[in-house]
Amino acid sequence: MTLLDIKELTKSFGGLTAVSNVTMHLNDNELVALIGPNGAGKTTLFNLLTGVIVPSEGTIAMQTDNGLQVLNKMKPYKVAQTGLARTFQNIRLFKDLSVLDNVLIAMTAKNKEGFFSSIFRLPSFYHKEAALRQEAIELLKIFDMQDQIDNLAKNLPYGEQRRLEIVRALATKPKILFLDEPAAGMNPEETADLTRLIRKIQQEFHITVLLIEHDMSLVMNVAERIYVLEYGQLIAEGTPTQIQQNERVIKAYLGGES
Amino acid sequence: MKKNLKYNLTWLAIMVVGYVVINLLEFAGIIDQFGENTMVLIGINIILATGLNLIIGFSGQFSLGHAGFMAIGAYVCALITSSVATPMGMAIGMIAGAAVSALVALIVGIPTLRLDGDYLAIATMGVAEIIRIILNNLKITNGPAGLYNIPLLATWPVVYFMVCVTTLIIVNFIHSRDGRAVMSVRENEIAAESMGVNTTKWKVLAFVIGAATAAIGGALHANYIQTIAPTDFGIMESINILIIVVLGGIGSITGTFVAAVVLGLLDMILQNFGTLRMVLYSLALILLMVFKPSGLLGTWEFSVRNLFNRFTRSTKQKGDA
Repeated sequence: MTLLDIKELTKSFGGLTAVSNVTMHLNDNELVALIGPNGAGKTTLFNLLTGVIVPSEGTIAMQTDNGLQVLNKMKPYKVAQTGLARTFQNIRLFKDLSVLDNVLIAMTAKNKEGFFSSIFRLPSFYHKEAALRQEAIELLKIFDMQDQIDNLAKNLPYGEQRRLEIVRALATKPKILFLDEPAAGMNPEETADLTRLIRKIQQEFHITVLLIEHDMSLVMNVAERIYVLEYGQLIAEGTPTQIQQNERVIKAYLGGES
Repeated sequence: MKKNLKYNLTWLAIMVVGYVVINLLEFAGIIDQFGENTMVLIGINIILATGLNLIIGFSGQFSLGHAGFMAIGAYVCALITSSVATPMGMAIGMIAGAAVSALVALIVGIPTLRLDGDYLAIATMGVAEIIRIILNNLKITNGPAGLYNIPLLATWPVVYFMVCVTTLIIVNFIHSRDGRAVMSVRENEIAAESMGVNTTKWKVLAFVIGAATAAIGGALHANYIQTIAPTDFGIMESINILIIVVLGGIGSITGTFVAAVVLGLLDMILQNFGTLRMVLYSLALILLMVFKPSGLLGTWEFSVRNLFNRFTRSTKQKGDA
């Protein structure tokens, strides 16, 4: 089943067309990678999909419980509430808050509370708060971070900060998870860990993952399907083996006469 | 659940004990008229500064317009208590002042909170200035001469009670899901937004609550000093409140309390130095900022829960040894 349907998506900044006429789709419970040389428009595409920037043309439609919903002009927080969560290329954690709070904040949107029940500390406040805390800890346990809950996010080692970003994104209970270069700055060992982690997320949470990545070992290892972007245009789509043999892709990465 | 009750009761006990102690000191003559004056002004400053700390320290929006919202509360309450000079009138005046101030903050906040940092500071400063100029030109506010003969209804027990109420509201707000959402805006707006947090809504809400508390502070100010004029609510008043917040530690309500008390006492002691007073006051501020740039307490908060935990831990260790 198609979960996210992107049709003829275009974004131009003045004279520069950063993303041009991109049509792609994401299926249910699938792991898709988006690759391409630097400046190909991958992050711009991510920002379009998550509502950070508004597309010039084209449509983004998502299959939700209430039928097909067009995400084009929605604010980012609305997009997030419909079930799209993301991580960032340059880590954007809530640095001065604890690991637990980072996760709890991601849960706020789906757990509204009355202003008065929190001001007057009604019993319902404590019940709800304890339940949320428990849920957050369970989630952190899956990623072996339960010992870190009281640490400030900024004091975590780099690899764990990246992991916390993923946990935080999952706490919003998304249908689709966007990972923007999760292996950036990692050594081979950490990348191998991450590979296992991404597989685990798919198995345990049954969600669709779209991955932007430069590390080809990671991409070829985990992706079921790959889209290749160059100069804002989609130049190839296929399984890892197909992509490895695709001439246009090789040319885009290694250069060559056209 | 029982534990939470224990913590809440401890807080209640602290508040009651504070009230009784002040009463005893007054009775014993240790706090004289001058001391009471200082105490009330400290209390009002605490109310004003905790509201501003919510805006600056927790939602991360830099506002220089606090005196404007204080003025709204002061004028609304003064006008009401001038015709209904009873404690009931005072209560209605405070609520009405807070409501008007909140409404103005809502109208102003939605467009201006799109700005950030220095731009927001200048925009809010402009808002406060507009409020001051309107008060300066309206008939009902008696123009530049201001209002006088306002009944003295903000006695110290009233101020003490309002300090407790506003602090409870703000602290409980901060330590809830709503408060976490507000803090996520301060930490990283883009990330908060992509986690489904409606950042505009929380920014505006924090701003509105801050403005409402400023109005309560203003109302108490008016009914204690008994005369108010538009010049009382200029940019310097906003800066004075800002100083308390920065000095105590941006993002620490406990710090705001400590700073308000320290500055109040400093001001009282320096009364004896005549013209040198402002120089010494400023010097003290400069020294504090040089040696403790994060404020007196940084972001540290006093917490009954932690106190209890530490106590039980230390008794356990003793038991083990």
